[in-house]
Amino acid sequence: MKTIGFIIQKEFKQIFRNKGMLPLIFIMPLIQLLILSNAATFEVKNIKFSYVDNDKTSFSRELIEKFEASEYFNVVANFPSEKQAIFAMQKGDVDVVLEIPTYFERDILKDKKTTLSVSINAIDGAAAGVENVYINQIVMGFNKNAIAELAQPADLKNMPTSVIAISSFWFNETLNYKTFMVPGILVLLVTMVTLFLSGMNIVREKEIGTLEQINVTPIKKYQFIIGKLLPFWLLGLVLLTVGLIIAKLLFDIPILGSLVLLYFYTSIYIFDVLGIGLFISNFTETQQQAMFIAWFFMVIFILLSGLFTPIESMPPWAQTITDFNPIKYFVEVMRMVMLKGAGLMDVLPQLLKIFAYAIFINGLAVWSYKKTN
Amino acid sequence: MKRFIGFIKKEFYHIFRDRRSLFILFGMPIVQILLFGFAITNEINNVDIAILDHSKDATTKEIINKIAASNYFSVQLIKNEAAIEKAFQKGKVKAVINFEKDFSEKLTKENKATVQIITDATEPNTANTIVGYTNAIFQNYLHEINKGKIVPYAIGVESHMVYNQELKGVFMFVPGVMTIILMLVSAMMTSISITREKELGTMEILLVSPIKPFQVIIGKVVPYIFLSMINATIIILLSIFVFKMPVQGSFFLLGFESVLFILSALALGILISTISTTQQTAMMVSMMGLMLPTILLSGFIFPISSMPLPLQIISNIVPAKWFVIIIKGVMLKGVGISFIWKETLILLGMTLFFIGVSIKKYKIRLE
Repeated sequence: MKTIGFIIQKEFKQIFRNKGMLPLIFIMPLIQLLILSNAATFEVKNIKFSYVDNDKTSFSRELIEKFEASEYFNVVANFPSEKQAIFAMQKGDVDVVLEIPTYFERDILKDKKTTLSVSINAIDGAAAGVENVYINQIVMGFNKNAIAELAQPADLKNMPTSVIAISSFWFNETLNYKTFMVPGILVLLVTMVTLFLSGMNIVREKEIGTLEQINVTPIKKYQFIIGKLLPFWLLGLVLLTVGLIIAKLLFDIPILGSLVLLYFYTSIYIFDVLGIGLFISNFTETQQQAMFIAWFFMVIFILLSGLFTPIESMPPWAQTITDFNPIKYFVEVMRMVMLKGAGLMDVLPQLLKIFAYAIFINGLAVWSYKKTN
Repeated sequence: MKRFIGFIKKEFYHIFRDRRSLFILFGMPIVQILLFGFAITNEINNVDIAILDHSKDATTKEIINKIAASNYFSVQLIKNEAAIEKAFQKGKVKAVINFEKDFSEKLTKENKATVQIITDATEPNTANTIVGYTNAIFQNYLHEINKGKIVPYAIGVESHMVYNQELKGVFMFVPGVMTIILMLVSAMMTSISITREKELGTMEILLVSPIKPFQVIIGKVVPYIFLSMINATIIILLSIFVFKMPVQGSFFLLGFESVLFILSALALGILISTISTTQQTAMMVSMMGLMLPTILLSGFIFPISSMPLPLQIISNIVPAKWFVIIIKGVMLKGVGISFIWKETLILLGMTLFFIGVSIKKYKIRLE
């Protein structure tokens, strides 16, 4: 026990003496949490909207005014011809071009119908879909007013039936993306710091040659490993605490569930991550290799965690891969406990999985750690 | 010159002898681009939703069948309001569709009926998409029963999805993943390999040798330029042949811009190595510092124009943002240099800036 204490003391001294590392470990992740949480939004706003008005009547101008009034669209340009509009889209100056046909007003009065043409820059397919919905909504609203003005009682006899869909968004009524992103980004940062640090730590001793010195001392394998991992485990918990305080105070993220449960889960979770780091460092010779592998897994863990894109939409084989992704469970649990107030029984499956994960990966890491060359 | 070539040779030997790193260096981008190209998508399918049917008549049954038949949802039934919250807390069900009483009767008598769509908005994007898809299903159904009834004075909208008719997510993600891989591999590799010499003490040996300091740095970077170019080529080939990404513009321009981006990432790596003394610090800066900003602020997952203004400004200093604009322009829009000269100049300026600062900060004296 005393031996472990000394190793921990040594590790802490090393961490705190490296003045260049301290801000990287504590400040950078938190700044990222503060800044990047604002970046992660799927909302589509400030759409660069332009139009080609071939009709130039009061009716067509009225329609354009509707777009100008909308909070989603910024009317940035008005082109004399479609060709110029497409050119501007190529340059990236506009995202949407609305083309109002010649005789727009005349057609609607005479033929009782007309069609608008819209071109949307669809490289970002998801955003384009949303933009299309917004455009249709505005045109529909405009259309409704026009019908109310123009229609005769005879026209209205044959009105079609409609279903009114009322949507309500639970747990996050305003569809605030920060509520969604802050817990997730916090998870990523805690994971990254602990994984990278633990992954590189033992390899560093190998590379510099000090591992051999430790190997010839009477320190036991388990003592050494525990001594190496505990400081980073504590560090992860400290980071989580500061992150939670920021989430609560600055982002006003609700914490509905129990904090004890959250910490209990996290303390097991960090062992998962540390185990992976330890495992990586056992199988690499240089810090470069260790870091590369850690990076490889980290990118996969992040992008397959369901944080940025939903897991349900992944193909089945990719969903199977996500079952082995500890970040996925942590993101789920954070959201369930913080935002929905889930209790121990609700998160039990995740808890058991990462517990088994921790035992397995740490067992593997300890087993593969060799004191002899 | 001969000495310099000898030095570059030494760097190549270093890299090629380290089989493990080499394997990762080339294997990793391939695995990642394949994995993410297929797996990352914002579309939804097979989302679990629950239905609470207070009406239980022929109309609601028909609509439920339609919902179940769609690929988007897999449907389960629940009995009462109390079950809704339970279902959400378990985390499995993402939405509940609640039909009001006497749905069919109201639809025929009053010409309209109400349905409530409750979503678990802890994932706002999924929630929004679910609402959109369910609405579309209802609209389709109405379209069928309204056949023959014509709306007078209708204004139709004909939408053209330019550059990406099928709204494929791949068009967005492949350039993004390519950017992340090139950025991090290039910046990380150089910063680590230079600090490694510092940490092991061999940098001092290099400094007292007749090779000039800038030759040391160039010699360190040249092999990585070479490796990153191979990486870029592999990624571009994969995106063309596996993901069927079109290359509308010129290959030459695409190659030129990729090299420029690789150079800027390498220059950033050099800069990082000059300010850090240990590999650990270099790694923390290049991985922790670059990974999330590159993912989040390059505009490949989240549209930059929707971010708050300060972030839109900050995003300008992320080289990846400019490269994403360039590749999308060249590959998907087929534009020439006259459209992207501004972005190209910015990347070039950043590269020169990184190199300039590194030269200033680079210490050639022993401490």
